[in-house]
Amino acid sequence: MIVKSEITEKYLELYKDNINKISGISSPFFNSFRAAAFDKFNELGIPTKKNEAYKYTNLNIFFDHDYENYFMPVPADFIKAEEFRCEVTDLDAYGIVLLNGFYPTLKEKLRQLPSGVWIGSLNEGAIQFADKFEKHFGKYAKSETDGLVHLNTSMASDGLFIFIPEGVNMTRPVQVVNLVQADNDTFNQPRNLIIAEKNSKFSIIICDHTLAPQKFLTNAVTEVFVGENAHFDIIRVQNEHNNACKITNTFIHQEKNSVTSSNNITLHGGLIRNNTYHYLGGEGAESYSYGLFLADKWQHIDNFVNVDHAFPHCTSNQLFKGVLDDMSTGAFNGRILVRPDAQGTFAYQKNNNILLTDDAKMDTKPQLEIFADDVKCSHGATIGQLDDDALFYLQSRGINKREARLMLMFGFAHEVIQNIKIEALRERMDNLVMQRLKGELSRCASCLVKCM
Amino acid sequence: MEKDQDKIINDVTTTEYKYGFYSDIAMDRIPKGLSEEVVRIISAKKNEPEWLLDFRLKSYRHWLTMKMPTWPNLKIPPINYQEIIFYAAPKERKNLKNIDDIDPELKRTFDKLGIPLEEQKHLAGVAVDAVIDSVSVKTTFKETLAEMGIIFCSFSDAVKEYPDLVKRYMGSVVPYTDNFFATLNSAVFSDGSFCYIPKGVRCPMELSTYFRINSANTGQFERTLLIADEESYVSYLEGCTAPSRDENQLHAAIVEIVAEKNAEVKYSTVQNWYPGDKEGKGGVFNFVTKRGMCKGENSKISWTQIETGSAITWKYPSCILRGDNSTGEFYSVAVTNNYQQADTGTKMTHIGKNTKSTIVSKGISAGHGQNSYRGLVKVLKNASNARNYSQCDSLLLGDKCGAHTFPYLEVDNSTAIVEHEATTSKIGEDQIFYCNQRGISTEDAIGLIVNGYAREVINKLPMEFAVEAQKLLQISLEGSVG
Amino acid sequence: MLIINNLKASIEGKSILKGISLEVKPGEIHAIMGPNGSGKSTLAAVLAGREFVEVTEGTITYLGKNLLDMSPEDRAKEGIFLGFQYPIEIPGVSMVNFMKTAINEHRKHNGLEPLSASDFLKLMRDKKELVEIDSKLANRSVNEGFSGGEKKKNEIFQMAMLEPKLAILDETDSGLDIDALRIVANGVNKLKHPDNSFIVITHYQRLLDYIIPDVVHVLYDGRIVKTAGKELALELEEKGYDWIKKEIENNVTA
Repeated sequence: MIVKSEITEKYLELYKDNINKISGISSPFFNSFRAAAFDKFNELGIPTKKNEAYKYTNLNIFFDHDYENYFMPVPADFIKAEEFRCEVTDLDAYGIVLLNGFYPTLKEKLRQLPSGVWIGSLNEGAIQFADKFEKHFGKYAKSETDGLVHLNTSMASDGLFIFIPEGVNMTRPVQVVNLVQADNDTFNQPRNLIIAEKNSKFSIIICDHTLAPQKFLTNAVTEVFVGENAHFDIIRVQNEHNNACKITNTFIHQEKNSVTSSNNITLHGGLIRNNTYHYLGGEGAESYSYGLFLADKWQHIDNFVNVDHAFPHCTSNQLFKGVLDDMSTGAFNGRILVRPDAQGTFAYQKNNNILLTDDAKMDTKPQLEIFADDVKCSHGATIGQLDDDALFYLQSRGINKREARLMLMFGFAHEVIQNIKIEALRERMDNLVMQRLKGELSRCASCLVKCM
Repeated sequence: MEKDQDKIINDVTTTEYKYGFYSDIAMDRIPKGLSEEVVRIISAKKNEPEWLLDFRLKSYRHWLTMKMPTWPNLKIPPINYQEIIFYAAPKERKNLKNIDDIDPELKRTFDKLGIPLEEQKHLAGVAVDAVIDSVSVKTTFKETLAEMGIIFCSFSDAVKEYPDLVKRYMGSVVPYTDNFFATLNSAVFSDGSFCYIPKGVRCPMELSTYFRINSANTGQFERTLLIADEESYVSYLEGCTAPSRDENQLHAAIVEIVAEKNAEVKYSTVQNWYPGDKEGKGGVFNFVTKRGMCKGENSKISWTQIETGSAITWKYPSCILRGDNSTGEFYSVAVTNNYQQADTGTKMTHIGKNTKSTIVSKGISAGHGQNSYRGLVKVLKNASNARNYSQCDSLLLGDKCGAHTFPYLEVDNSTAIVEHEATTSKIGEDQIFYCNQRGISTEDAIGLIVNGYAREVINKLPMEFAVEAQKLLQISLEGSVG
Repeated sequence: MLIINNLKASIEGKSILKGISLEVKPGEIHAIMGPNGSGKSTLAAVLAGREFVEVTEGTITYLGKNLLDMSPEDRAKEGIFLGFQYPIEIPGVSMVNFMKTAINEHRKHNGLEPLSASDFLKLMRDKKELVEIDSKLANRSVNEGFSGGEKKKNEIFQMAMLEPKLAILDETDSGLDIDALRIVANGVNKLKHPDNSFIVITHYQRLLDYIIPDVVHVLYDGRIVKTAGKELALELEEKGYDWIKKEIENNVTA
C-alpha cells in the first residue's frame, strides 16, 4: 500500500522552483530522466510508516523541516576541499574528498589514477564518457515503491563518477571522505555512478562524516554496474552526529560470474536508513551484504536489503547485526527474492540484535520469496541479550564481568567486521567499534578530519 | 529419475477431491445479496434478541466503510457480495426430538463424510457439532457433557440459553471492527459452535465441529466461541469439506477463545475445503479470523492446523498472551497444490511477564501452488522475560510453485529472547536415493519424507485425527507425496 | 587447599547435592566418579560459581577463604580452573584476545605488569607445544567450529596458560578418542607439581589409566558414598555402579 506523506507537497514545490537551475548544470541525458522521475515521485511521495518498507522508520521528523538546499558547490567549498584532498587518508588508499556529496575540485574535474581508474564529478563523467554514461546511468536505480529514489533522480545535480575500464585490477582502494558541512540546516541529494567493466577489480571505502552541528538531511543514490567476472567491494563507514539524517540508496547490478560485497558499518548517526539493492543479473554471480550498527541515545538505524536472484546458480549471503543501547531503535528489512528460473540458488540471511536496555527497541523483518525449487535458502533472526553461558565461561577464566561483556559485544560485532578484506581498514574498524562500545568517541586517531 | 519425479509430480494434479459430492437436502434459502435488510432477515430467522441484531447492524455499517485488505501475498479475484446467498439451512422439521427426525439425506451426507450423527456409531470419546451451510444440525453427547457442567451446543442455542455468557465474551477477543472479513462475519454470521468449560473441569472427550458447505452460491459464516474457565482443560477439533463446484465459495469464520487462569485449550483444525480443480477453477475462499486470549496467568492456548484444502487460505490463528506465565503455540502444516494459494501464519503478542510462544510452520508447495508464511511476534515493553522460538520451513515439489516467508519480529523489552529460523529447499534427492537404495519406490519415499517433515506438527493432533491428517496429507499431494 | 563441608545445593528448587564433605591437599589428584545424574557436574558448577546452582547449606573454604563469597572471575584469579564438560563457542572473539585478556587479568591480580605482545605470543607457543595443540586453533574464535576433541584439548591448553592451583576437570575425557585422551592426560601430568591439585570428574575409569589419582570418591545421589585409593576405580570398572547401588541399598535395609 502506498501512502503519501503530506509533506510531499513541499518537495514538489522545491522541484518546480529549482528545476531550471538544476538542469542548467547537468547533462541533457541526465535531464531527460527528470520529468518521469518527478511524476513517479509525485505518485509515491515521501514514504510514511504505512509503506511496508518503511513500517519501522519515521522520516517525517527530518523531512518536515525547512532546509537550505544545496544544489551546487560554491567557490569557497572548492578551496576547503582542496585543503583536504589527497592527504586525508592514512590507509594505503587513494583519497578523495566530497563536500556535501560533490566532487569539488578547481582543476582536473576528472582525474585518472595511476592504476587507470577515472574518478571525478558525475557531470564531468557524463561529458567525457558520454557513451558509458548513457549506457548505465538511470538503468539500475529503479523502485516501484520508494519515492525517495525518484526524488533524487528528479533533483540531484551532481555527484561522484568512477570508471574502472575493462581488465583493470586496482589493488589500492579508493577512500572517499564524504563530508557534510554548512552554516545552515541543509538538504543534499548526491547522485553517484560507478562503472566497473568486465574483469576489473575495485574496492571503495566511503566514510560519511558531519563537520558542523547543523541539521542535515541527505538522500543519496548510487548506481553500480559490475561487469562480467569483475570484483567489486564497497565499504561504508557512517559516523555522523545525532542531528543528521542519512538515507543511502545503493543499487548494485551484477553481470555473470561477478563477485561483490557491501559492508555498512554505522557507528553513529541520528537517523540512518541504508537501502541496498543487489541484482544478480547473470549466472554464477555472488553477492555478499553485511551490516553492523551500534546505536545509543535517540538514534534510529534501519538497514533495508533486497537481494534479487534473477539468474541460475548465483549465491548470496547477508549478515546484519545491531547493538542497541539507551532508547535507541533499530530496524532490519531483508528480502531474498528467487525468481522462477533462478535454479541452483544458494541464498542465506542472518540478522542478530542485542538490546542492552529496556528502552531500546528492535524490529526485524527477514523475508524469503522463492519461486524456484532447486534452491537452498535460509534465514534466521534473533533479538536478545548476551549469552549467559559465554559470559560465565569468560568469567571462569578470570575476566571481570564488565570486560567479559565488552569482549562478547566486540565478538558479536567482529563477525561483521571480519568480512572487510582490506586488513588495515579491518583493524581500524575493530578499534573504532571497541572505542564505541566503551562509550568513547570513535574517531580515527590519525585522520585529519575531526568529524562529529 | 528426473523424468520419474516429473511424472510423479504431474500425477499430483490429477488426484480427485474425495468429498466433492453434493447432497440434495431440502433447504431454506434467502435471496442472494447483502443489505441491511438481509442482516435483519438473518436475525429474524434465528429469533434473535435485540442486542444481537444491534451488534449485527453495527458491524454491517462499519463493514460498509472498509476495504478488502491488499497486503496478503495472494491473488484474490473480486468478490461480488450481491451474488452470494448469506443464509441457507436444511428445512427444519417440527419437534426434532431424536436422531430419526433428522432428514435422512442429511444423515447420509454425514455418514459419507465419516461423521455419523448417531452417538453409538461414532468414535468413542469425541463429541461432534455438525454444521451444514448456515446452521448446526446436531450436537452429539450434549447430555453426557452437561452432567459435568460443560456446555457444548450450537451458537444459536447458546444465544437463547446462555445469553449472558455470549454477551460477555463475544467480540472480546475479535472485536467487530477487527478486519474486513471478521466484520462481515459479525454482521451475517449464521451459526457455529459454543463451548464453555467450567472451573476445574477437564473435558473428558474431544469436542469437535464438522463444517460442511453444501448449497451452491452460499457463503458460510460461522462463529465459534470457546471459553475455558479457571483450571479447566479442553481439546477441540474442527474439520471442513465442501462439494466440488466451478464457482468460488466464500467462507469467512471467526473463532474466539478465552483461557482463564491455569486453563489450557488445544484447538486443532483439519481444513479440507474444496481446493478447486487442477486448472484452478472453483474452490473455497477461506478467510478466517482465529484468535485466542490467554487471559489468566499460567493459561495456555495451542493451535494446530493441517491446511490442505481451499483455493485461497487467509488465516492467522493468534494468541494474545496477557496473563503472566501464559503460553501460546502454533503448529501448522499448509499444503498448496495445483493453483491453491495460502497466506497463513500467526501473531503472538506478548503482554504478560514470562510469557512463552512457539511457532512451527511447515509449508509444502506443489504444482503451481503459492504458500506464504506470515507471522508477527510482538513483545511489549512490560513483557519481561518473554521467549519466542519460531521455525518456518518450506518444501518445494516442482519448479512452478512458490514458497514465501514473511516474519515480523518486534521487540520492545531487553530481557526478551526472540529467535526465528526458516529454511526453504526442495525435497532432498539424496534422501530419496537413500530410500530407493533400501528398496522403497520414489513415490513412497516422497510420502515418507513429507510425512516425516510434517511429523512435528501432526504429532500435536489428538491421536484419532493424526492418522486422518496423515492420510489427508498423502491424498492432497498424491503421486508426488505418497 | 580446598575444604568442602556438608555442602548442599539445589537447582530450581530441586535438591542435587545432599551433604558433601571433601578435603583436597596440595599436590593431590582426586577423582570423582559416579553414575549419570549423581551430581558430579553440579559440584563442579558450585566450585566455579555458576549462579543457577543455589547453595542451601554447608561451607567451602579455599586457601583459607570463603569460596562461596567470591565472584567467578575472582575464583579464577585465585587459581581455580574449571575444564568445562561442554566448552562454550564464542563467535567473533579470537583465542588470542581471549587468552591475553585472561592472562593479564591474572597478572594484574598478582600485582604484575601486563605481558608484552611478544612475550605473550611466546608463552602461547610454549604452552601449545606442551599440550600438543594444533597451532591454527589459536587463530580461530573461541571454540567456534572446533570438534569435540579440539574443544577439550583447548581446555587443557587454557589450563596450561593460566597455571591454576586447583583444576577441576569436568568429564574432560567424554567424547575423546584414544589419541586425544592421551594428549589431555599428558597435559595434566606435565602440569602437575607438588603445589597444585586436581579434581578429575569422570564417568569411566579409562582416563585414570593415564592420570593416577591419589584418592577416588564415588558420588551417588548427591552424596559421597565411598572414598578409597586408586584401586577403587578399577573395582568400579570391573563391577559397575550397580555394585555401589546394591551396597548402599543393603546398608539402608541393614
